[in-house]
Amino acid sequence: MGEVAAGADERRTDGVGPVTDGIRGQAGSRLMDGLRAYRMIAAMWIRSTMAYRASFAMTVVTDFAVTALDFAAILLMFSQVDVLGGYTLPEVALLYGTAGISLGLADLALGSIEQLGLRVRDGTLDTLLVRPAPVLAQIAADRFALRRLGRLTQGLLVLGYALVVLDIAWTPLKVLLIPLMVLSGAAIFAAVFVAGAAFQFFAQDAAEVQSSFTYGGNTLLRYPPTVFSKDLVRGVTFVMPLAFVNWLPALYVLGRPYPLDLPQWLAFASPLVAAVCCALAGAAWRVGLRSYRSTGS
Amino acid sequence: MGQGRLYAAVAVSGFRRHATYRVATAAGVFTNTVFGFVLAYTYIALWDERPGLGGYDQAQALTYVWLCQGLHATVAAMGRGMEVELIGRIRTGDIAVDLYRPADLQTWWLAGDVGRAVFHLLGRGFVPMAFGALLFDLAVPSDPLTWLAFLVAVALGVVVSFAIRYLVALSAFWLMDGAGAAQMSALAGIFFSGLLLPLNVFPGALGEIARALPWSALLQMPADVFLGERTGVGLLETYAFQGAWAVALLAAGRLVQSAATRRVVVQGG
Repeated sequence: MGEVAAGADERRTDGVGPVTDGIRGQAGSRLMDGLRAYRMIAAMWIRSTMAYRASFAMTVVTDFAVTALDFAAILLMFSQVDVLGGYTLPEVALLYGTAGISLGLADLALGSIEQLGLRVRDGTLDTLLVRPAPVLAQIAADRFALRRLGRLTQGLLVLGYALVVLDIAWTPLKVLLIPLMVLSGAAIFAAVFVAGAAFQFFAQDAAEVQSSFTYGGNTLLRYPPTVFSKDLVRGVTFVMPLAFVNWLPALYVLGRPYPLDLPQWLAFASPLVAAVCCALAGAAWRVGLRSYRSTGS
Repeated sequence: MGQGRLYAAVAVSGFRRHATYRVATAAGVFTNTVFGFVLAYTYIALWDERPGLGGYDQAQALTYVWLCQGLHATVAAMGRGMEVELIGRIRTGDIAVDLYRPADLQTWWLAGDVGRAVFHLLGRGFVPMAFGALLFDLAVPSDPLTWLAFLVAVALGVVVSFAIRYLVALSAFWLMDGAGAAQMSALAGIFFSGLLLPLNVFPGALGEIARALPWSALLQMPADVFLGERTGVGLLETYAFQGAWAVALLAAGRLVQSAATRRVVVQGG
């Protein structure tokens, strides 16, 4: 009955303006609250990290090295072959760099969310619930790790290498597509992080499942879609839309044929896909948070 | 005799401790399977381009992928095992309790790690492999003796892996925070065990060096035994290589241990 009444309200043209404005204003201020809380908590953790500068420098270098090893493996592969799935090393580097930056940004902003399962298990999530700031912002900023810049830097370097070496017929659209792809990709990965965290409300020990989609997805997107089976490409295009992180935009930039005879304009659909993913992840997060029952001991 | 029973009990408790986390184990198997899936396709592309690369045919290369996904937790190729806990105990000073136990520190931790490895072999080893065999044409040996020879190589790999990580953990006596050392060791493990790419695909001198380092005992050698690349004298040479590194690294661990305990300054309270 309540829904019917609400629907009737929405149809009343005179009521629409003020009501939606009010909602938008509320959501906007909640978002600002969240960002402000996030900024403050993150700044606190950065100050605390900087107390041990040598240790910080070492962890940045290690984070850089971990991802650099992945690229080293690709270099080793290309020491044995000239093309992989029909793609040359600089082309693979473009895929590698864009996927790496996208994941690096999402990981920097939200990577700490992986610890949610631990907090659910030991009940420390309760502390976050009573604080006057959105839980998502608190858990995402908790133990904010600036060292994750290491991964991001590595992705940037590889992308830089690819853009210098590749001979691309640049158009304004292609130039625009590079930042658009990286940011949309980051938003898609961010949605995966949040959805994975929401899943941890139910399966507390399953943090690794999420990494198979974030880090596993990153590994997948480094290689051209021609390497993988059609079913796998279909899966990451239509079910879990990782293909929009970099494959579809990057293939447009490279002027390569699309997998599965997809239309070319999909190259520009990434921001839209990212927005839908974020909305779905947000909904999943709210369901998870609402179903949270403390440890009870 | 009494001592043997003690370490057996420690091993059993190591097994049980890891067996408790069923959801985490299932999640780990899932992740290994996803990575195996992705890597399998890249290896197909690689071996399509260069058939016979590294002396493997495509079926062997694919078997290598799934074998490594099933096995890397067992040999703790990526670290994150007992060394993290031991470093924690050294930092907090709890190590003092371990030191006055009537048991040998190194053997104690080795026993616990063997228990963990057996659990990981059973709990995380077979499912990714079975999944891989379902979807791809794998070169799984039919001779039970090959399986037996493989298990021996895995066991030696576990001991080498432990000996390396024990040394890394002891560095915390001097460094206080051993996290950096543990990460470096994990990095070396990921790259030089052959988890990213088989070591026999590494070109030139880098390949020679990588195959001579102890980490090759973790995954590359057990995999080669499994794939039937090491038989007869070759098999004995493999065992000798693994055994020599195990003995040398365990002995180094003992030396460092005695040096550390002589100058130990217990942290905390």
